[in-house]
Amino acid sequence: MTPAIEIKQMHKRFGAVTALEGIDLEINPGEFFALLGPNGAGKTTLIHILAGLTLASSGSARVMGYDVVTGYREARRLLGVVPQELVFDPFFTVRETLVIQSGYYGLRNNDSWIDEIIHHLDLADKANTNMRALSGGMKRRVLVAQALVHKPPVIVLDEPTAGVDVELRQALWRFVKQLNRDGHTIVLTTHYLDEAEALCNRVAMLKQGKVVALDSTQNLINSISGASVRLRLSPDTLPAALQPLLSSHDEGYYVLTVKEYSEIEDVLAALRGAQVQVLEMQLLQPDLEEVFVKIMGSTESQEAA
Amino acid sequence: MTGFYTLFHKELLRFWKVSFQTVLAPVLTTLLYLLIFSHVLEGHVQAYPGVAYTVFLIPGLVMMAVLQNAFANSSSSLIQSRVTGNIVFVLLSPLSYREIFLAYVLASVARGLVVGMGVYLVTLGFFEVPLRSLPWVLLFTLLGSALLGALGVIAGIWAEKFDQLAVFQNFIILPLTFLSGVFYSIHSLPPFWQSLSHFNPFFYMIDGFRYGFFGVSDVSPYFSFAIVVTCFLAVSWLTLQMLKTGYKLRH
Repeated sequence: MTPAIEIKQMHKRFGAVTALEGIDLEINPGEFFALLGPNGAGKTTLIHILAGLTLASSGSARVMGYDVVTGYREARRLLGVVPQELVFDPFFTVRETLVIQSGYYGLRNNDSWIDEIIHHLDLADKANTNMRALSGGMKRRVLVAQALVHKPPVIVLDEPTAGVDVELRQALWRFVKQLNRDGHTIVLTTHYLDEAEALCNRVAMLKQGKVVALDSTQNLINSISGASVRLRLSPDTLPAALQPLLSSHDEGYYVLTVKEYSEIEDVLAALRGAQVQVLEMQLLQPDLEEVFVKIMGSTESQEAA
Repeated sequence: MTGFYTLFHKELLRFWKVSFQTVLAPVLTTLLYLLIFSHVLEGHVQAYPGVAYTVFLIPGLVMMAVLQNAFANSSSSLIQSRVTGNIVFVLLSPLSYREIFLAYVLASVARGLVVGMGVYLVTLGFFEVPLRSLPWVLLFTLLGSALLGALGVIAGIWAEKFDQLAVFQNFIILPLTFLSGVFYSIHSLPPFWQSLSHFNPFFYMIDGFRYGFFGVSDVSPYFSFAIVVTCFLAVSWLTLQMLKTGYKLRH
């Protein structure tokens, strides 16, 4: 099977700065894939190389089997990119913008699909409004619409929800999930890790131009063993027997780490034995954010050593 | 073809939607030149025997308007798209560098033609300008505006900011057009300046264009044609290389 995206030994230097350092990545058709990493990790550079907005220093990238440099026309027809910056052409209305964008892809009579995108992104009221007159959120919707005019099998969204209100965020994800169900491959970068966790089946984490983690979302979360219990106690003292389990103590809350859920029974028994009353109890399950923090932190300490 | 046609059409719409500024304003400016220069110099200067100065001036001014507006169209469109970032929509698309080149250059030709026609038609209402050879006139209009359109693409890609584009416009395009014989025949210049004028490609565009109206010129129209074609091919080659390698566009 041809991968939707195939990146091999990708390097990119901007003068003295190395943005990407030997990225290898394969994304399969139909995946909902998250590209995560702190600012400056190289996510946008990687996307720009895929889209042909930046040329790699070395290495290769393919979209549905087409090299983004030597087969750029095919590669770009198969790729839809929602850029991070809120850009627009102030000379045109929403519909004109979409008709022009279709034309760039060689599509003449694209009206029914344009209508469908306009409907799904809730742009119908604004279809004949000039781009200049739109709010930031509306401009963001048009950017998404522009990336979809040619029904690309591979869709890349570069921080599509940055600074976007809840309503649009939900509408956007509904539409993108629908596209994914219809067979489109989705690649997403975001700083909202709960979004990535809820939507994406696989995750790559980038740090300083390198892939530091690449696995299914579930495997990454499972890599953090056990769970945590957060407790508020009266009196506010932790029995000595439970001290080894303590992972943090902050503002009257004790967080205890347990390897298995069954250990919670022992914790409660120990508290009862010490005649300590439980005022509040919360079960904390590991999430992608925890994995992210751990992985970013651990690579830091490796570098320090 | 649809991709090229769409970009070309978009570029036409871009200036047509603001035609007050992109067509009417330059027509008015050019007519003011005509009014002032003809008022001051009529009767003092005779460029060609038997041709009134104002009538001599008209083709030069028409061509100047064609050239300056052709340059302004591609250069300002590109710099605006780059500064605001919406050039990304063209760069993301499968348009080839040749299609991008053609669309920008042809839109510049169109803007040059529209403005030039505007100036010409207005002056026809007041003066009797002979037209000896329409083919020469059209040939030099098309070649000249295409050359300036391509130069505009180079300037629009090279310039990082609007003021850098203004440098290109004010220190290269404007002096070369003003010193090209729009307002005088170079035969009236001292020998040094006359020979220097022969190194100015704009001189050949104006001179060849004027030949189409009067059947008289400072140098042979065939020679002018050869120079202008050579310049056009050289500038186009450079522009295509810049677009192909993604110079400053895909860095």
